Amino acid sequence: MIVEFGHFALILALLVATVQVVVPAFGASLRDDRMMRVAEPAAVSQLFLIAIAFFALMYAYVTSDFSVANVAANSHSTKPLIYKMAGVWGNHEGSMLLWVLILALFGAAVALFGNNLPPTLKARVLSVQASIAVAFLLFSLLTSNPFVRLIPAPSDGNGLNPILQDPALAFHPPFLYTGYVGFSIAFSFAIAALIEGRIDAAWARWVRPWTLAAWMFLTIGIAMGSWWAYYELGWGGWWFWDPVENASFMPWLAGTALLHSALVMEKREALKIWTILLAILTFSLSLMGTFIVRSGVLTSVHSFAVDPTRGIFILAILVLFTGGGLALFALRANTMQSGGLFQPISREGSLVLNNLLLVTSTATVLVGTLYPMVLEALTGAKISVGPPFFNMTFGPLMVPLLMALPIGPMLAWKRGDLAGVTQRLGFAVLAAIVAIVAVSAMTHRGPWLAPFGIALGVYVMAGAAIEWANRIKLGSVSRSEVIRRATNLPRSSYGTLFAHFGIGMLVVGIVATSAYQEEHILVMKPGQSLAVGGFDVTFAGVDTGRGPNYRSDIADFDVKRDGASVTRLTPAKRLYDAPPQTTTEAGIHASWRGDLYLVIGDAQPEGGYAVRAYFNPLVRFIWLGALIMFIGGGISLSDRRLRVGAPSRSQRPVAVPAE
Amino acid sequence: MRRLRVLSVALLSIWAILASVSASLAVQPGEMLSDPALEKRARIISSELRCLVCQNESIDDSNAPLAADLRRLVRERLTAHDSDAQVVDYIVARYGEFVLLRPRFELSTLLLWLTPLLVLLAGIVLVARSSGRTATSQSDALSEEEKAKLAQILSDERR
Repeated sequence: MIVEFGHFALILALLVATVQVVVPAFGASLRDDRMMRVAEPAAVSQLFLIAIAFFALMYAYVTSDFSVANVAANSHSTKPLIYKMAGVWGNHEGSMLLWVLILALFGAAVALFGNNLPPTLKARVLSVQASIAVAFLLFSLLTSNPFVRLIPAPSDGNGLNPILQDPALAFHPPFLYTGYVGFSIAFSFAIAALIEGRIDAAWARWVRPWTLAAWMFLTIGIAMGSWWAYYELGWGGWWFWDPVENASFMPWLAGTALLHSALVMEKREALKIWTILLAILTFSLSLMGTFIVRSGVLTSVHSFAVDPTRGIFILAILVLFTGGGLALFALRANTMQSGGLFQPISREGSLVLNNLLLVTSTATVLVGTLYPMVLEALTGAKISVGPPFFNMTFGPLMVPLLMALPIGPMLAWKRGDLAGVTQRLGFAVLAAIVAIVAVSAMTHRGPWLAPFGIALGVYVMAGAAIEWANRIKLGSVSRSEVIRRATNLPRSSYGTLFAHFGIGMLVVGIVATSAYQEEHILVMKPGQSLAVGGFDVTFAGVDTGRGPNYRSDIADFDVKRDGASVTRLTPAKRLYDAPPQTTTEAGIHASWRGDLYLVIGDAQPEGGYAVRAYFNPLVRFIWLGALIMFIGGGISLSDRRLRVGAPSRSQRPVAVPAE
Repeated sequence: MRRLRVLSVALLSIWAILASVSASLAVQPGEMLSDPALEKRARIISSELRCLVCQNESIDDSNAPLAADLRRLVRERLTAHDSDAQVVDYIVARYGEFVLLRPRFELSTLLLWLTPLLVLLAGIVLVARSSGRTATSQSDALSEEEKAKLAQILSDERR
């Protein structure tokens, strides 16, 4: 009954969304206040209805109602409660429901907190937002309905893929979706502005918090996915340039570019047209990602051809919104005034460079991801584009970006003084040189470029620190003045500093762990020892154990450093009951220096077990860096000036309509 | 017939998932060559070759039986004193260009390899043109439109 209630709520949400598309849009063009105001209650009730549907499905999962086909196919009665709940979005139908839920959440947030928006703009934004909802609700109801009943109900379900039964992965999709669905707001604002035919700095001020929020969640979502892959897949890899990863990485790259260009637009009224285009493209890449992941085109072009309904439906949505958005852009863009002149060497100039490089790298990832599919569809030729390609093309694009990164924030708007900035960055360059020397002295292997890569990361981190020291005039004024300046520095500046510092850490972690990973593959018998990454690891043996829904072989390793016991690691192999699959659980000892990472393999015919031991230097910097970027975003978002609803610069006269 | 195809695709994808799940121990201790220099070359070559039955995994990372066969093949060719390029050519001759995770630079992959360069150049041209345009519109010289308008005003004055 509750399931039918959810199903009904979802259909009702579609109807409400349809009303929300049509009525406010007409209202805005007729300047009819009452019609425009329909948007707000519609957005809120749309959220309410989709939430009912979502929780109805969750109820079916929690109570293991296997008469619901979706539950039967993806859940199992013995699964722990948390994975029953997370199981809602662990499958195609449920994840699309989560998609529309988050879409509605953003729409309702604009409805509730967008009080300072001009009424026509707000009505149009909500109307465009609802049109996306209509498309995806139709998709959900027509091709991927999670509420379909299965009669007769099976006695138990098929279970969730055990590698997905993991806390990081359980909460990875909600973050990721909040990220890339959040860019829909930027898209809706862009389309609304094009329809209005008016765009100014205030637009960027309204859009930036939403974009920043989406970017934050996407950052942490991607990082969680990478962290999960690192400890769950069992060979210490953390990024694979897999199409699924690329699908979320492309909107991240474009979204990062958008954040920066919107900054120029807000402060200087320049890059307006470009920012609008970027807002459209960023969300289009989110849709593209949804298409790549959800259509089945990935497994192979053939599996797409076997059941093309879903794929073609999403493709149609993609074409409609991207094509429609771009067509509207082409029609309206030239009517808009671009303003704000600047010299090439200026804050604006550096942000243009940022956009140029980020957009180029987005295009590189996009083409690399789609090329094999397109080539096969066109010529039948099958090629692969894998990590070696992306490392070779994407890597070099990041170098100039990172080199320019600390310079940008130090340049003045309009016309900057590059010589002065280089002087101020002297300390960062020095730090980088020290890093090169230190890394070269400490390591005896690895590619010769690696010390330079680490130095680049150090330079970015030091650059952020110098920027902060300069802003608070550290060392040149009294201590109380420094403290006063540090506390008065706007939160958005702190956000930038954190985010940039995090990028530097990320780079250090990536280079260090890629270049200096230590790996041992061997057969170990109980009692044998191995030296890895400064640790002495002794294999004690293998025991069998039993978890809530799996059986496992648990190895026992004693880890010592300089004779003193550090920890015991118990990497394991699990065999799940339903579905019967094996997974590996790595044994990881984390430290600042790096991770000791042990994996246990099969028993060998001649006795002993296959063992893989890694030392991954500074690998934590990768996720720590991402976390600091996320925190930076949060700090910036808490800035009063950015807060949604904060009074705008020019106070509008309070117009009370005479009634 | 159609159902059979759906089934076979489903089975294939389940197999691919199974193969990738237990990817923990791709290179087995027994497979490795005793010569560390040769083994290192084998690892580097393997990381650039695709496991044909997996999704986007190199044979070095994959636990699938086919990947193990390919790893053995790579090591066989290396012990037979093949150069790295010869080993790769040998594998490509048998399994096609599809095994290369980094596609070769040729006519069909021209656009793939040149994309970064083309987009970057296009971007630079666009930036240069738009800043050039704003610079001229901002310059002291009058545009045709402005000249016409000025002439109009002047003639109005004279009248």
